[in-house]
Amino acid sequence: MESTYILLQQYWWFLISLLGALLVFLLFVQGGQSMLFSIGRNETQQKMLINSTGRKWEFTFTTLVTFGGAFFASFPLFYSTSFGGAYWVWILILLCFVIQAVSYEYQAKKGNLLGKRTYQTFLIINGIAAPILLGTAVATFFNGAEFLVHKEQLTDLGMPVISTWATPYHGLEAAFIFWNLCLGLAVFFLSRVLALLYFINNINDVNIDARCHRRLIPETILFLVFFLAFVFHLMTMSGFAVNPDNNEVFMQPNKYLLNLLQMPAVLIVFLLGVVGVLVGIIMSLVKTTWKKGIWFAGVGTVLTVLALFLIAGWNNTAYYPSLADLQSSLTIRNSCSSFFTLKVMSYVSILIPFVLAYIFYAWRALDLHKIDSDEVKSNDHAY
Amino acid sequence: MIENIDISLIDWSRAQFALTAMYHWLFVPLTLGLGIIQAIMETVYYRTGNEFWKKTAQFWMKLFGINFAIGIATGLILEFEFGTNWSNYSWFVGDIFGAPLAIEGILAFFMEATFVAVMYFGWGKVSKGFHLTSTWLTVGGATISALWILIANAWMQYPVGMHFNPDTVRNEMVDFGAVAFSPVAINKFLHTVLSAWIVGAIFVISISSWYLIRKRHKDMALASIKVAAIFGLVASILTLWTGDGSAYQVAQKQPMKLAAMEGLYKGDAGVGLVGIGIMNPAKVSYNDQVNPFLFKIEIPNMLSILAERDAKAYVPGIADLIEGGYPLKDGRLALSAQEKIARGQKAIQALADYRKAVKDKDQTAASFAKNTLEENFSYFGYGYVKNPTELIPSVKLTFYSFHIMVILGGYFILLFIVALIMEKKKTFGQKRWIQEVALWSLPLGYICGQAGWVVAEAGRQPWVIQDILPSNAAISQLSTSSVQATFFVFLIFFTLLLIADIGIMVKAVRKGPDGLNDSNDTINS
Repeated sequence: MESTYILLQQYWWFLISLLGALLVFLLFVQGGQSMLFSIGRNETQQKMLINSTGRKWEFTFTTLVTFGGAFFASFPLFYSTSFGGAYWVWILILLCFVIQAVSYEYQAKKGNLLGKRTYQTFLIINGIAAPILLGTAVATFFNGAEFLVHKEQLTDLGMPVISTWATPYHGLEAAFIFWNLCLGLAVFFLSRVLALLYFINNINDVNIDARCHRRLIPETILFLVFFLAFVFHLMTMSGFAVNPDNNEVFMQPNKYLLNLLQMPAVLIVFLLGVVGVLVGIIMSLVKTTWKKGIWFAGVGTVLTVLALFLIAGWNNTAYYPSLADLQSSLTIRNSCSSFFTLKVMSYVSILIPFVLAYIFYAWRALDLHKIDSDEVKSNDHAY
Repeated sequence: MIENIDISLIDWSRAQFALTAMYHWLFVPLTLGLGIIQAIMETVYYRTGNEFWKKTAQFWMKLFGINFAIGIATGLILEFEFGTNWSNYSWFVGDIFGAPLAIEGILAFFMEATFVAVMYFGWGKVSKGFHLTSTWLTVGGATISALWILIANAWMQYPVGMHFNPDTVRNEMVDFGAVAFSPVAINKFLHTVLSAWIVGAIFVISISSWYLIRKRHKDMALASIKVAAIFGLVASILTLWTGDGSAYQVAQKQPMKLAAMEGLYKGDAGVGLVGIGIMNPAKVSYNDQVNPFLFKIEIPNMLSILAERDAKAYVPGIADLIEGGYPLKDGRLALSAQEKIARGQKAIQALADYRKAVKDKDQTAASFAKNTLEENFSYFGYGYVKNPTELIPSVKLTFYSFHIMVILGGYFILLFIVALIMEKKKTFGQKRWIQEVALWSLPLGYICGQAGWVVAEAGRQPWVIQDILPSNAAISQLSTSSVQATFFVFLIFFTLLLIADIGIMVKAVRKGPDGLNDSNDTINS
């Protein structure tokens, strides 16, 4: 049973990683929103952009919700410690998504109280803040966070809370660590690159197409600067390792580089992912009529982020390190659900390929008809 | 590090969760109810090919979409608030509670998100059959979502299928079937979803009546009323039936909540059900001998019948539940609240002893402590209760909410019957009074739903998980000012969005369905 339990723990970390990777890919919606006024120069173009990302925003939103739900179910100690501790970061992320959820539907409707421009500004705020905040939050998986976990506290009748935060800033302090912000900015510029590739694929408009191609170069450069800086830092930094014999957490030089080298399959996934992203971008730049860049860069993004999540948690690594008390750090083993729950959940997870299949089918059915100016003008249900 | 949890932190955390949940429940019932109605209409279009039904379905879908977005927004906050504001709870029962949430995400949310896009944007792009399937799958996803979150909620009211693991210091699931198919969960799901169908039906009848009053879109309005009245009548009768089932479960598993619902302070055999009553504001304590009612009309023996299916059965009141000593069904005498608190504290101390013994590698002491913990675990949560009176929920709030819900439930059955008869006799379109009544019934559907949730949630206080975890032990350790700040941010934000939602709805209703002639509902070319 013990070996099966360990396998289930690893499996659920894989699923969490996959959800996280899909979420980062789907942030192209946010990237597109952040360029609403720079790519869309007139009302018709802006309407095309909104309708393009507007038919996909719910996937991003749903993936975020499922990511949270799956984390709750499989690693409840992370859910309770991070969400209850890094309160302000998560609240800001949630608010970013709340304003997005209504903005698509409300922005062009009469009687919307706040006016079209306000809702479009909400979309831009979400487009900028959500990727940066999510990237910054994910970076704490490598750089640590300020929390303490003491399960004995439950028997203290006056103060039975087991997870506490060590700073009064409740997560905001993470934004002042350069390497957290660095990943946040990398995710932000990646979301913009993906959005440009998505618009090239999804919108039939000569002007938008030309503008997206022009914009691709500076956005790619900015993405690469922050991404490569973060990866270099990650490969050279000391990481939070776990001794499997006594579950003690200790600092190990080049831990994340070692994780890649000791798990060659993950290394291959990482390299394939990076190549996929670069191929998607470079091919789109070289051959301007080629519209499949989003698929290469999208798959590449999923693979790259998946590999980063895996080296954060697999191979005896503490995936949510505590800077306040090293031994409070969360590992796959000490924070996961029980054997029974992981087993039940694993049966349910068998349905995931079926879910992915119908998403693909429905997505394709809608995307067979590309968005153009006539389509957004004639469709009664257009945003 | 603070030494004791600030009481105001608990109150503000509860207020924030209540605020989010109540706003969320303003939008979800319409999604569930209107979703089915528009799917029925599209099905008629699919079967007959009549464009009138397509335009009618599309009109209701437009209103559905406006409502849907804000329901999603409030739902997101609700899910994450378990972590942000109730972190201890999230660890203590996350092993059980998290699973339904994850299943909800995998099975329901993606279904909704995928097919709602096809429903909105797929007209003319996908086949009629695929579009219809997408419409049904959208509401199917919403209903499955409701199923899992209500299973999770029901588990908090009646925790089953788990055991406490002192090594991990949490409750762990041992029987998924017991969690998913508990009688409380089944009743709660059916009762809640059916009540949402009523809201959808009232919404359609109400908006349609407005058109009749304005002498616009008469055919569409009457056709919509016909569908909604049949649907609403079926839903309201089934809601009555499942409401009885829910009340029975409350009587068995949460007797304090039942006593509060009925304002019953002193139990007895053959207790009557209060039909209408005004509670006495002078009653401030459960044992002050003040009559709890200024006025009441009772149905004799009915509470005993509802609670125990026996006209002569004993139903305990609030004082009995606090003082104990009344006979239980198994022949034992009920413990007093004070005795339960003592046993809860014993369980918590045993947990501390067990942890220490394990650390010291003292197996004998560990085994003894574990046995003591298991013997007393069913009272674990009482250990955090300082005063027995903390175990009494707000009686007036629970009583009035329950009775408002029941009275409105009865009114809806009557409304749907009258609407259906008048529609059948072709008089609904002529009689202004029924149109006005139907129009102004719209807020009542929402009030009824909100009242139901107040009964369910305020009535079970102080428990977050019945008998296992009170709210003061479920909290996140935050500053009260942080929670106050987010409370007001949410309050202002949700209120603005609600006003915007209503504003857009009103404009959309005034505009009317696209493609239908305003006066005679012929198809516009």
